[in-house]
Amino acid sequence: MKDTSHINPLESEAIYIIREVAAQFEKPVLLFSGGKDSITLVRLAQKAFWPAKIPFPLMHIDTGHNFPETIEFRDKLVKELGLELIVRNVQDSIDQGKVKEESGRYSSRNSLQTTTLLDAIEEFKFDACIGGARRDEEKARAKERIFSVRDDFGQWDEKKQRPELFDMLNGQIELGQNVRCFPISNWTELDVWSYIEKEKIEIPSIYFAHKRKIFLRDGLIWSHSDYVYQEEDEEVIERMVRFRTVGDMSCTAAVFSDAADIASVVQEIRDSSISERGARIDDKRSEAAMEKRKQQGYF
Amino acid sequence: MEVLKIATAGSVDDGKSTLIGRILYDTKSLTSDKLEAIEKTSKQKGYDYLDFSLATDGLVAEREQGITIDVAHIYFSTAKKSYIIADTPGHVEYTRNMVTGASTSQAAIILIDARKGVIEQTNRHFFINNLLRVKDVIVAINKMDLVDFSEERYNEIKADFSTLMAKRDYQDQHITFIPVSALKGDNVVNKSENTPWYSGQTLLEHLEDLDKKDIYNTGTPRFPVQYVIRPKTEDFHDFRGFAGKVYGGELSVGDEVVALPSQTKSRIKEIYFYDKKYQTASRRSSVTITLEDEINVSRGDMIVKVGDLPTIDKQFTANISWMDSEKLEPGNKYVVQHGVNKVLAKVEAINHKINPDYSGIDTDVKALGMNDIAEVTFKLNKPIFFDAFKKHRTNGSFILIDTKTNNTVGAGFIQ
Ligand SMILES: Nc1nc2c(ncn2[C@@H]2O[C@H](COP(=O)(O)OP(=O)(O)OP(=O)(O)O)[C@@H](O)[C@H]2O)c(=O)[nH]1
Ligand SMILES: [Mg+2]
Repeated sequence: MKDTSHINPLESEAIYIIREVAAQFEKPVLLFSGGKDSITLVRLAQKAFWPAKIPFPLMHIDTGHNFPETIEFRDKLVKELGLELIVRNVQDSIDQGKVKEESGRYSSRNSLQTTTLLDAIEEFKFDACIGGARRDEEKARAKERIFSVRDDFGQWDEKKQRPELFDMLNGQIELGQNVRCFPISNWTELDVWSYIEKEKIEIPSIYFAHKRKIFLRDGLIWSHSDYVYQEEDEEVIERMVRFRTVGDMSCTAAVFSDAADIASVVQEIRDSSISERGARIDDKRSEAAMEKRKQQGYF
Repeated sequence: MEVLKIATAGSVDDGKSTLIGRILYDTKSLTSDKLEAIEKTSKQKGYDYLDFSLATDGLVAEREQGITIDVAHIYFSTAKKSYIIADTPGHVEYTRNMVTGASTSQAAIILIDARKGVIEQTNRHFFINNLLRVKDVIVAINKMDLVDFSEERYNEIKADFSTLMAKRDYQDQHITFIPVSALKGDNVVNKSENTPWYSGQTLLEHLEDLDKKDIYNTGTPRFPVQYVIRPKTEDFHDFRGFAGKVYGGELSVGDEVVALPSQTKSRIKEIYFYDKKYQTASRRSSVTITLEDEINVSRGDMIVKVGDLPTIDKQFTANISWMDSEKLEPGNKYVVQHGVNKVLAKVEAINHKINPDYSGIDTDVKALGMNDIAEVTFKLNKPIFFDAFKKHRTNGSFILIDTKTNNTVGAGFIQ
């Protein structure tokens, strides 16, 4: 093609941010969950450094309660692209007595990830963690900077955020601090899906409609699984569903859907009247759920 | 796809957050779960209307106090464009957030409460948007429902604002007035029946019609090198690519270029975006460039066209927006981050402080405090390659970083 004017400005912005991370930090890492946002980040990182390899490793904080499809996909992707993958397990943090497994109706390992993540940052001395969070996801996220400085305890202080002017990113930190970097901050859910479609990026099969054993609770569709607490009177049924966001099995609800390919998924998102986080059980806990988790060091 | 970045401005309670919430609501961008949450909280608070500011005020403290404390970025799209709106806080204390919002925006909406008219904060916000050379400013005269949609009141405010406009430095700034009610939705997305005397566009119609070439600042091409790509693989053994974003104008294969600071000449050999080659790198695209000759270029260097050099100097004078509680004083040292280049700088002199209400300048200034705007001269330990902000919005701006706290403490616009 003749010129680059057709390139999506959001894509150029994300590539710019990823290059800044690689240039400004000594030991960056890309936090990889196996979800669509982090898969998109991997593609953007490939583009940022081509024909060289991505100059930082991927890290997955595995809750042990992931969808098996996600883990299979993760391992395949890493192998195909020749990437370095670090895995740290929430189970280990539980075994070491650092966190306590939740119990009961709404138990989930989602918030336990924070401790495992902070320990891994410390273990590898990572000074920058690239994440796929987007500002359109949630109202506390909408306040997040592109380079978000965390203190020694990994905590977010929303009142002390650095102003970000033009596209200058200030990554200067003290020893012990680290920065969470969000290259797709300005993308919406639809932007991500459209990009996956246009770039023909492979994603785990659970994003597409499939038959699954589920049960209904509080108007949400829960997966029937060993990892998900279920009452006896909550009846298991089989339906065509898919997932819009992929986290821990215990905190990700499905949607009824027949969208079996990427084009129908994009169309479904376009027509959808409910937000992606509307299917996150962890956010339904309280209105300030995300803000609280972030202050504690959650992604 | 076109992406339009917009910042809002206006004093506390003028209705910025409400306006954004209203746009989201009327463009059907609020998903049902978000709308439900707004309805629920509005009811809890005992309101007899929907409080749309709840759509953007995301922090607990904000919802408790009913004010915006930190910038929120809000997204929505129409068939024509994608929009990113920065909802900035109106409190004077948070002026720095306004500067931040304006720096990344092509258009700004300044709100005025129709009951109060033009007040000191309006001056300040207009001044900042003019200083930052935001190309399109919409003056939304809000809460028209509380002044009976009076044409007379609207014209009065318009006339007051026009006296400000006469004093502005950047005269080419495009200014549009719209009478609105953010709460009730008049002239925001849908045309109001309450203002038959107003024949102009609604706010959204105006934004939809803004043309790309009218809102993006252009200049001469500047290519700050972010990262040097050296794969050292068999297939790309000798590949040395310079990765960066193109600012101002475009660069093409075959262009004669100079690398700064070495001033070595070469020619552009290839332009890559990912694994594809292009003839021309357009403005704002993140590309990788290779050169005909093996010359020494590293991060922070800049590639420009021959015969089109920026100023190369170890000293400059700039308008500063100071954002820290620690004072800026002559003799203080800071890191100047100019694009991706960093140098150490010393404050040579504070020439004068500028009163953002257009009441003139103060020449007898010993120090700058939070939210001050002033003309300051800096000396650098190494030359940088800059243009005047007037000519080049990216290559004429920089941030100041405190050497002890590492915080971003100011922004500057080079003269
Ligand atoms: N009657 C009327 N009230 C309005 C209108 N727009 C906003 N308000 C009310 O004015 C109050 C302040 O609105 P906000 O949207 O929070 O104001 P803001 O400009 O975002 O304030 P800060 O973010 O704190 O600077 C709220 O009670 C709104 O309901 C309007 O057009 N008409
Ligand atoms: Mg507000």
